[in-house]
Amino acid sequence: MQVKFSNKGTTLIVKVFGELDHHSTEYIKQKIDGELIKSRTKNLVFDFSNVTFMDSSGIGVIMGRFKNIQKLNGKAAIVNVNGQVKRILEMSGILKLIPVYDNLEIAINNLM
Amino acid sequence: MEPINEVKVEFLAKSSNEAFARVVAAAFVSQLDPTLEELADVKTAVSEAVTNAIIHGYENKPGYVKMICLLYDNAVEISVIDEGKGIEDIELARQPLYTSKPEMERSGMGFTVMESFMDRVEVFSEVGKGTTVKLFKAFKQHGK
Ligand SMILES: Nc1ncnc2c1ncn2[C@@H]1O[C@H](COP(=O)(O)OP(=O)(O)OP(=O)(O)O)[C@@H](O)[C@H]1O
Ligand SMILES: [Mg+2]
Repeated sequence: MQVKFSNKGTTLIVKVFGELDHHSTEYIKQKIDGELIKSRTKNLVFDFSNVTFMDSSGIGVIMGRFKNIQKLNGKAAIVNVNGQVKRILEMSGILKLIPVYDNLEIAINNLM
Repeated sequence: MEPINEVKVEFLAKSSNEAFARVVAAAFVSQLDPTLEELADVKTAVSEAVTNAIIHGYENKPGYVKMICLLYDNAVEISVIDEGKGIEDIELARQPLYTSKPEMERSGMGFTVMESFMDRVEVFSEVGKGTTVKLFKAFKQHGK
């Protein structure tokens, strides 16, 4: 599990690599929350193109970060999810709050 | 129906063993030549059950999680067993979005995920004794 950050304007892009399970949640939560408090961040995009596995622990991670970005009056989105991950996201009802887009460009345009 | 193969493993209730349990279950089930999607379904369900044993059953205290995998001609039955605190109200626990640990950012979707990725999920539990979750899935016969 690894996360890499990049910025597009005031949008923080979090690219997640590897398996998103309970074991990796503490690490990823700390990493993202540490980056979120940096002053320029308003919106958050999760890039899941390199996520090889996710279970319900991932829902908790996404929802928790969403609550944090909401406090900054920001929005969140997810891009590049595979079928398995999409099913879990759909089940949880999370997509009503955090939309999934096909790619980064579309996500960033919709968040602005 | 008689099982054609069986595997039993026991491991410490540590989060680093969640991936181990998933891989063991997937490797065992591979004998039936499942599709990649079916394999991912099994991995996800096992991950949910094992994670629950670690965080709810043992609440991160030391203990062992046992996993028993039975293989049938075209199906698998995986039992995930802990000797942890047990579940008081199983029906409530299985409700979508119910979690006893919201402060840990759990979403309460574990049982719902297991139910949707497997054909059948059975839960046996006794407070103070532990919990057994049985996951059952049949595979489509393809390439045969
Ligand atoms: N092995 C277990 N031992 C004791 N309690 C359990 C066990 N498994 C589940 N539970 C109880 O059932 C509830 C629901 O479990 P479920 O997996 O659906 O959600 P969760 O683990 O709370 O959240 P999530 O799986 O989405 O992170 C848990 O909150 C817990 O109270
Ligand atoms: Mg769970």
